[in-house]
Amino acid sequence: MKNLWVIGLWLSMVVSLHSQVIPEIDREGITQLIQKDNDTTYVINFWATWCSPCVKEIGFFEELHRKYASEKLQVILVSLDFPNQKERRVVPFLHEKGISAPVRLVTDLDYNSWINLVDPSWSGAIPATLIYNSGERLFLEKELTQNELNEHVNQIMN
Amino acid sequence: MKKLSLTLILAAMAATMIHAEVRPGEKAIDFSLKNVDGTTVSLSDYSDQKGVILVFTCNPCPFAKAYEQRIIQLHETYAEQGFPVVAVNPNDDELSPEDTWEGMKARASEKGYPFPYLKDETQEVYKAYGATRTPHVYLLANNGGNFQVAYVGSIDDNAMDASSVVQKYLEQAIGAVVSGQNPEPASTKAIGCTIKTKA
Repeated sequence: MKNLWVIGLWLSMVVSLHSQVIPEIDREGITQLIQKDNDTTYVINFWATWCSPCVKEIGFFEELHRKYASEKLQVILVSLDFPNQKERRVVPFLHEKGISAPVRLVTDLDYNSWINLVDPSWSGAIPATLIYNSGERLFLEKELTQNELNEHVNQIMN
Repeated sequence: MKKLSLTLILAAMAATMIHAEVRPGEKAIDFSLKNVDGTTVSLSDYSDQKGVILVFTCNPCPFAKAYEQRIIQLHETYAEQGFPVVAVNPNDDELSPEDTWEGMKARASEKGYPFPYLKDETQEVYKAYGATRTPHVYLLANNGGNFQVAYVGSIDDNAMDASSVVQKYLEQAIGAVVSGQNPEPASTKAIGCTIKTKA
């Protein structure tokens, strides 16, 4: 009985080690995310587990995150999955894909109230990516190849 | 660097023009598309109605699924008030295999769609309207046989949970049209699935 309990504890520790915590953000959180004014370049990718082109490109963002780990570049994956899908779909998906880049999940479902804040040209279709720093800003409402993503990032950083 | 930015801006402008959304106040383009029951349905068939709720939607998209029952309910409520629903599936079924004819027919019969479910086979209709996602709604008002776009956007402000809706954007827009006013807001944005197209 005691052994079982120990195994259970060990299992729960292993699981928590591997699944990342996903902070939820509302309109205010999104606003803060898209207008940081410092010496870092931010790559904000809007995605969802149900969006197949998003799933196709998410590995490129993970690679970017790892490659620039020691530099002034921050990748943030903003999930637009419904909040009630967080534990059931988003967490297992990230675990399965080995995503270590930070993830946020949007809880404000009145999309109309914040889409224009991200970029007035955004229709709301995903994937969509915002690359910015204190000097430049580039918004892309489309699926990116790895080359395109890297080129855009280099262009904004330099 | 400057030149590159300018090129990007021009490219972005070109992309915007190609996909320009038909705006509120503009003329609604007529269409003639095949329905799941084998008939052909045109916008002009509805010239005896007060308007049409044109919905670009599809089978597999989670947002389309989340709104499916609400779209059926909208038709049940508003068809008798002169605003029936017309659903159009804009997806290329080679890229979205659940959106084939068979898939569409099966879904319409399984859910008992009380409205036509049309296939935008050549994808010309969604492009003409500038739809970018599913579901994407256009409220068309009939002004003496000429349909005009009165509202473009989402049905309401909570895709996940119908019982948590605060703003019923589309229903408010219908109310405005019925009382001879311009809807406010006349357009809204929403997250949705991209329309699947090769071009």
